[in-house]
Amino acid sequence: MSQYRVLPGPEHFLPPAAASMGIFLPNPGEAHINGVIVSEEKAYEEAARQFLMAKVPTIFPGPLVLWAWNEKAAKKATAIRHLYNTLKECVQPGQMAMLIPMPDYRPKYPKINPEVEINPNHPNLTIWHNKIDCCMFVGVHCHQANLSLKIIRGGTSCYTIAMCAQAGHEDAMLSFRDASVEKIMKLADTVKRLKGTVQPRQTSAKSGSSN
Amino acid sequence: MADTHSVIGTQNKKGQTFTDTWKMMHEAPRTPSFFTGSEVIKEALRRASCDVMIAYPITPQSEAAALIGELFAEGYIGDYFRGESEFAVMSQCAGAAFGGARVFTTTAGPGTMRAMENFPMWAGARLPIQMIVTCRGINSPLSIQPDTLEIAYLLNTGMLVWHAETAQDFFDWILKGYMVSEEPDVHLPLALCCDGFFVTHTKDVVNLTPADMCLPPYDPYRSPVPCMDMECPPVRMMRDPFVMKSNYISYATHASWQQEIWAAIERSRKHSIHWLNGLIDTEDIDQEIMIVASGTAVSQGREAIRLLEDEGVRCGLIKIKTLRPWPEEEIREATKNAKHIFVPEFNVTGWLAKEIRATIPNPHRVHAGPHVCGGMTMPPEIIVSEIKTTLGMKSFSLAGRGS
Repeated sequence: MSQYRVLPGPEHFLPPAAASMGIFLPNPGEAHINGVIVSEEKAYEEAARQFLMAKVPTIFPGPLVLWAWNEKAAKKATAIRHLYNTLKECVQPGQMAMLIPMPDYRPKYPKINPEVEINPNHPNLTIWHNKIDCCMFVGVHCHQANLSLKIIRGGTSCYTIAMCAQAGHEDAMLSFRDASVEKIMKLADTVKRLKGTVQPRQTSAKSGSSN
Repeated sequence: MADTHSVIGTQNKKGQTFTDTWKMMHEAPRTPSFFTGSEVIKEALRRASCDVMIAYPITPQSEAAALIGELFAEGYIGDYFRGESEFAVMSQCAGAAFGGARVFTTTAGPGTMRAMENFPMWAGARLPIQMIVTCRGINSPLSIQPDTLEIAYLLNTGMLVWHAETAQDFFDWILKGYMVSEEPDVHLPLALCCDGFFVTHTKDVVNLTPADMCLPPYDPYRSPVPCMDMECPPVRMMRDPFVMKSNYISYATHASWQQEIWAAIERSRKHSIHWLNGLIDTEDIDQEIMIVASGTAVSQGREAIRLLEDEGVRCGLIKIKTLRPWPEEEIREATKNAKHIFVPEFNVTGWLAKEIRATIPNPHRVHAGPHVCGGMTMPPEIIVSEIKTTLGMKSFSLAGRGS
């Protein structure tokens, strides 16, 4: 088993892909935390705990759920909105839940507006600007999600969660696989259940540039 | 929108039943058939639910490409045409795959080299195209004969690279190959290589799955990148590439992209082990003398082992099935008892021996050879001679060794 652990950064000038460090993706019914395979139940608890600890817990929905290209996508979008509303209800004063879309993957120059979107080619700008210390990717194509997750790990201290509809992401600190409406709703239920039991973090995210 | 699981049990326009691939490959009855490797490629493709096949004639793959044309005429392939050159073919394959098609092509030797620019592009664009490489000589003076040098060039393209020993491997791996390369966490092109002529033009008994069963269709909506979106990478990068921007984050994005391709090869490990029953096959690995090979050199090694046994020398054998992903841990484990490791190869540089030397502790144990190239055959006797000479045993001289 690999000794490497997928942890909040800033990790390195160019952090390695976790898969190249011997981290494996979970099998159906499993999840991973920091690169260690765990039960989905444990992952729900930890994801909810990380959301409730964060100063700025944020959901990044991608194109696969932002556009109603099929019925399932529309239902997932509704579930994600429910998760966001639950987060807003459950955080304490001083915490601010956010929902920032990743509408597409185009390289945007000279710069994106980090207040309104996140882009996989420079996701750190949105993380830094909004002082996001915990985020969840959902509905982002797997390749683009891995690209982002690795850049975030390289340059920021943000805790990353992936709610992946396919095989999961070893470059996130916590990853679900086979994401469905039910799984998103279950995460929302877990957040609600843990409300008031988790102490928010005192400091917000550190950036690579300010370290 | 295609849904792979919902079509299982239904029929395609040829009356073939879309079948769970595991059941088709492992549980369905097999019919022994006496075929050339080229005919086996055709039979595998008949069952592959392939949307598009494109090729350009070059020996020794031309026969397979022509036979697949017959499949198209019979209605088993969605589209089929000859490109203007190998470079054009591989670019056209990319176009079809970008559009969400299951794509198949065949090439060989100088054709592989001519098309080379496309292969890292395929991998970077996460296109699960399958390319049969019927290896032959690539250098001047011209040779159409078997030689595996071109595989060395494919190893760092970001493609999956498998090396078939027999026509049976070919039949099974063409079908299983799509299952591995189309996994969303892999989603990479596969170069399925064999030694030209030795496999393509010789007849062998191959156990075929029923012709009325076929693979489930490719589901492009599971792709890790959007299919054919002209405004998004990777397509957008053709006109707005990161390389045109001089700043740290552009470089970091491109670096992260490259790492993701190699991460995907690593992820293919789990799926390849599942479908191929391991990345290597081993026989008698407790022996102090091991032969490690890929392709038809495995068959020659197996025969050399039989000859050596007659003389009281026991040898083990490792057959390497996948070159990418590279079976690093498996080779290390299987060679841990070996004092001498022989690597027979059909190429002049000994690329496989170099890979093995870079993998195992005490690499001085690796004897890079014997080598033949340019279309020469490798009689098992020269492997026997190489081993006996190294062990200090008396060995007769073979013509052509200059000794």
